Amino acid sequence: MNFTLRDAAINGSTMSYREGGSGPPLLFLHGAGGAESALPFLLPFTDRFRVIVPDHPGFGRSPDPAWLDNIHDAAYAYLDFLEALDLRGAHVVGTSLGGWIAIEIAIRDRTRLASLTLVAAAGIRPGDIPTGDLFMWSPEDRVRQLVASAAFADRILALPQTAAQAEVALRNHFTTAKLAWEPRFFDPNLEKWLHRLALPTQVIWGDQDRLFPVEYGRKLAALIPGASFTVIEDCGHLPQIEQSDRLTELVLAHVARAAAGGAAAA
Amino acid sequence: MKFTLFHLMPYADLDLIGSAAYPTAWVHTPNTFYDPKRGARLYNRYLDELELGEALGFDGIAVNEHHSTAYGMMPSPIVMASALARRTTTAKIAILGSAIPLRDHPLTLAEEHSMIDNITEGRLISGFVRGIGAEYHAWGTNPVFSHERFHEAHDLIIAAWTRPGPFRWSSKHYHFEYVNLWPRPYQQPHPPIWVPSQGSSETIEWTAHPDRKYTYLQTFSPLKSVRRYLEQYRETAARHGYTASDDRLGWAVPIYVAESDEVARREAKLHFENFRNRFLKMPIEMLLPPGYSSLESMKGIAKAKAQITGDVTLEIAVEMGMFFCGSAATVREQIAAAWQDMRVGHLLAMLQFGTLPAELTERNMRLFCAEVMPALRALTADQERAAA
Repeated sequence: MNFTLRDAAINGSTMSYREGGSGPPLLFLHGAGGAESALPFLLPFTDRFRVIVPDHPGFGRSPDPAWLDNIHDAAYAYLDFLEALDLRGAHVVGTSLGGWIAIEIAIRDRTRLASLTLVAAAGIRPGDIPTGDLFMWSPEDRVRQLVASAAFADRILALPQTAAQAEVALRNHFTTAKLAWEPRFFDPNLEKWLHRLALPTQVIWGDQDRLFPVEYGRKLAALIPGASFTVIEDCGHLPQIEQSDRLTELVLAHVARAAAGGAAAA
Repeated sequence: MKFTLFHLMPYADLDLIGSAAYPTAWVHTPNTFYDPKRGARLYNRYLDELELGEALGFDGIAVNEHHSTAYGMMPSPIVMASALARRTTTAKIAILGSAIPLRDHPLTLAEEHSMIDNITEGRLISGFVRGIGAEYHAWGTNPVFSHERFHEAHDLIIAAWTRPGPFRWSSKHYHFEYVNLWPRPYQQPHPPIWVPSQGSSETIEWTAHPDRKYTYLQTFSPLKSVRRYLEQYRETAARHGYTASDDRLGWAVPIYVAESDEVARREAKLHFENFRNRFLKMPIEMLLPPGYSSLESMKGIAKAKAQITGDVTLEIAVEMGMFFCGSAATVREQIAAAWQDMRVGHLLAMLQFGTLPAELTERNMRLFCAEVMPALRALTADQERAAA
């Protein structure tokens, strides 16, 4: 099984997405680095789910439309996207920036969603919690800061990067800045509306996340009524890459609970 | 050619040993390195230097804006221009420039520039810049919207200066129910506008556009680049069907004059290299945050990044024509040759740089004004007359 590339027409622009497998829909919302690095983690899910992996507007192969100015525009684009694909009962897994977008979508309209898994998700004020500065880090720093294991970082840095991948990385970084530079990775109004996340929600964090430390995750989970909070050990900001087996277990368990009636989230 | 004394007002008393723990003097170096007593002396010294510039014959004196850095102590050039407004009588006061996208309320700048223009009875030259990349880290403004905000803030300020108020303003980033600028500028329709830049294509095209025809200033760059960017301005003008006059082009360059080439290099070396390799240097992520330049320009810029992130010695800077350093005769000949080649209407001489102390700065200024400036004035005036 592999993914098929498709496009959806959204508000005069297009959003590109990968789709594979069949079963209940599992919508993966990628982080600032883009969707590509999460594909090895996502591929096994195609055995049991219809897995949908969009490139956010302005990321990867999706154009940067004139209407995209902030995180709210991204969220509304996804409400259009959910309608365009007529997704119902979608299990959403969002990492980092994608977790933030997932929250912004779900506080607006959760009717097409069955569960939320928020992995190292941004979106709330850090307050006194010290965070990393993705925009001050060099491309090499970004890898070294975002994963816990130095040996693992070395392996990632040793992978060759094509010119096309470098260009996508540059675009992704631009659009990340557009959505998250100021305020830095949060929406000042988001906390007022987190009670609207009335669907089975779990929050998952790496114990060695240096971008948004684990206290940030604990704070986010505490603000979402009924959300569970799980820490993955020996893991930085990218559990889908660094501890993908553990994250897979957690997603499958959460989806199973949600399918059984969302009792676990109550 | 006209002469403007350009000052960065660095925090020259920076503890260079202690602060070496930080890779750059921008954004991250703690402000505990700033000693207010030393800073106060420096502010007054630098203002004295600019005032002396008028007495020595400069046509203009210039200040600028940088934030959270030892590179320059002028987060508000407005304050410095105001301090100079009542202490000078003939020189133009050039704000080069105000970083207009950094203000959430650009009308404050329209007001402040207009006030200075009134107080000086029309001696203000307004400069508009986006601010270098580091300012977007220091100030929090989203660099992705830097160009949009620059253009909108510019349009708003010009409208406020020229349109009878009150009127409504609504653009993507700025919304005002009542724009009604008191005071209106002294110079009509508005003060001249100069646009300093490091050579961004977008900026050159915008500045040379027939709707504006603003004066473009190339700042601290190798001579070859200065030539190329000034040429790009002329080509843009030609493409729009007009000839850009020399006074639409300016060039800001550090200069050091002493009794001989050898003495000049010996005296300037440490201070120039502190300017370039301690005060100016910053990582590429700070210089070019995402979105600050277009994706297209960013692809090309990666190649040039060593120019700002690596070190440059005095010898290399002199070789590349980024710095004129030598006897009066040497500096005179080099600038004359560059002028013959480029026909630049404004020379912005930076006669204090880095840690250059007061005595050497003053001697540099006096030598430049006595032994370099008059010959260049005569040469360029003759040829400008001949060309006219």
